Amino acid sequence: MKLPDLTPYIAPAVFYGLAAFAVISAIAAATAPKIVHAAFGLMAAFFGVAGLYFMLGADFVGLAQVIVYVGGILVLLVFGILMTGKTRSTLGLEEKPKLLIPAFVGGLFFFGLLLALHGTDFAARAVPPDPQPTTAPIGRAFLDPEQYLLPFELSSMLLLAALVGAAYLARRRRT
Amino acid sequence: MTIGLMHYLVVGAALFSAGLVTVLARRNAVAILIGIELMLNAANLNLVAFDRYGPGGVRGQVFALFVLVIAAAEAAVALAILLNVFDARDRIDVDAMTNLKG
Repeated sequence: MKLPDLTPYIAPAVFYGLAAFAVISAIAAATAPKIVHAAFGLMAAFFGVAGLYFMLGADFVGLAQVIVYVGGILVLLVFGILMTGKTRSTLGLEEKPKLLIPAFVGGLFFFGLLLALHGTDFAARAVPPDPQPTTAPIGRAFLDPEQYLLPFELSSMLLLAALVGAAYLARRRRT
Repeated sequence: MTIGLMHYLVVGAALFSAGLVTVLARRNAVAILIGIELMLNAANLNLVAFDRYGPGGVRGQVFALFVLVIAAAEAAVALAILLNVFDARDRIDVDAMTNLKG
């Protein structure tokens, strides 16, 4: 008995798995009653989107997503949650979000986006070429004065200024 | 059965809508930040997908990396501001932030 060839189904199966994982996690982040749970939903959504990046052949962006978003931004958010969580006053943190109207607006927005996507011809390639390593081309594009050298340096200055400013703003005041 | 550009764009639209719902439904400022990060991620997914199915090159990925940098800067500054708000009034409920001073 010959087994059917399942190779063409692997990529769609992985895609649908990752997409469902990311979207369900995002919905959990939107609806979880507790803010810490929302943060963990966001983490799962980040990992799902990183997997989709890998499926798109964007290895460097996928890794940067895991390192910067999960390792940096999410940790920052969790620190923010922890440092602002416990107070004497009531916080509105633990209460269930009022979801009816936002969910309606979000659903409407989603269907609007679907309609817009349906009505647009993106002139996309149906079958893209095999993925190539992207790290070297991205590095060259960033450091080429004819391409993205100026935005690259500007964004690094922005990041430096923002982080120094954030450290200054968040310092403990001695009064 | 192939996965095309449209599949990724639909996922991006769903993620963006989830982020929008988060921003609209929550009153905790950190949760609103979570929604904003979701929306930025959706935009990034679209950029990388267009890069893959577009005319080639790494333009879309470069833009996605710039978005990543801006998101990091934004999260750091926003959390610093929120810590100050929390110091001043013991809560970070956005409905309570009605004054600029005091």
